[in-house]
Amino acid sequence: MKKPQNEMKMSFLSLSENERLARVAIGGFVSSKNPRIDELTDLKTAVSEAVTNCIVHAYRDTVGVIEMTARLTDDCVYIKIRDRGCGIEDVKKAMEPLYTTLPDEERSGLGFSVMESFTDSIAVKSRLGYGTTVVMTKKLRSKI
Amino acid sequence: MAVYIADGGEGTIVAKITGEIDHHTARWLRMDIDTAIQDRNPKKLLIDFSGVSFMDSSGVGLVMGRYKNMKERGGKVALTNMPDYIEKVMNLAGMDRLLNGR
Ligand SMILES: Nc1ncnc2c1ncn2[C@@H]1O[C@H](COP(=O)(O)OP(=O)(O)OP(=O)(O)O)[C@@H](O)[C@H]1O
Ligand SMILES: [Mg+2]
Repeated sequence: MKKPQNEMKMSFLSLSENERLARVAIGGFVSSKNPRIDELTDLKTAVSEAVTNCIVHAYRDTVGVIEMTARLTDDCVYIKIRDRGCGIEDVKKAMEPLYTTLPDEERSGLGFSVMESFTDSIAVKSRLGYGTTVVMTKKLRSKI
Repeated sequence: MAVYIADGGEGTIVAKITGEIDHHTARWLRMDIDTAIQDRNPKKLLIDFSGVSFMDSSGVGLVMGRYKNMKERGGKVALTNMPDYIEKVMNLAGMDRLLNGR
C-alpha cells in the first residue's frame, strides 16, 4: 500500500446502535475524496456487515470492544475491523455464501458475500478464543 | 426508521419501510410487520422499499423471515420500489425473483 494521506482509528462497544456509527464514520472519513454515491454505499454496506458480525457473532452473549482503522491513499481506502471475541473455527467455510451459524435469528449468511462483492479485496484472519480481523480495500474513483 | 402499514386491496397489505435497515433496526421492523400480519391475516404482503435509505444483509434476513411467515399461512410476499443498491444486495441472495411479485 502507498503511503497513507490520512488515517483514523476508533474503538466502540459492540452495541447494535454502533452499526450506524461505524457507517457514518467511514462515510465521513472518505468524504474528502468526494467519492461517487454508489461507491460510498458499497463501502458503508461492507463496514456494516463486518461490524454487525462482531456484535452478533464475536461478542454473542457479552459486550466487547470493536476496533476500526481506516487509511486513505490517492485512490484507495483500507479498512480494518477487529474484535477480540470468540473467533471463527473455519474461515473458509464461514465465507461460503449462505453459510450461517444463526439461521434462527434471521441471519442469511450473506455478510461475507456482501463484503467480497462490494469491495476490491478482503482478508479474514481469525483464531478461536482470540478474535477476528477483517481487512478490506476499495478503489475510489472520484467524481470528475 | 418506521413501517407504515396500508391496505392494498384484494387481501394485500402494503408495508412501507422508511429509514435504514440494519441488524439494529430490523428487530423493530420485524415486530411491526408481524403484528400487522397477525392482525389482518393478508393473502399477500407487499414490502415497499421506496423510503429506505440503507440496507445490508439484515434486510435480506428480514424479508426471508416474513416470506417464511406468509408461506406458513398460505400467503405470498412481494417486493417493490427497490433502489438499485438494495437490489444489488437482494440479488446476492437470489431474492430478485420476489421483485414485483414475480
Ligand atoms: N467476527 C466474527 N466472530 C465470530 N464468528 C464470525 C464473525 N464473523 C462471521 N462469523 C461466522 O461466520 C458466519 C458467516 O458470516 P456472514 O456474515 O457471512 O453471515 P451471517 O452473519 O451468519 O448472516 P448475515 O450476515 O447475512 O446476517 C457467521 O454465521 C458466524 O458463524
Ligand atoms: Mg453477518
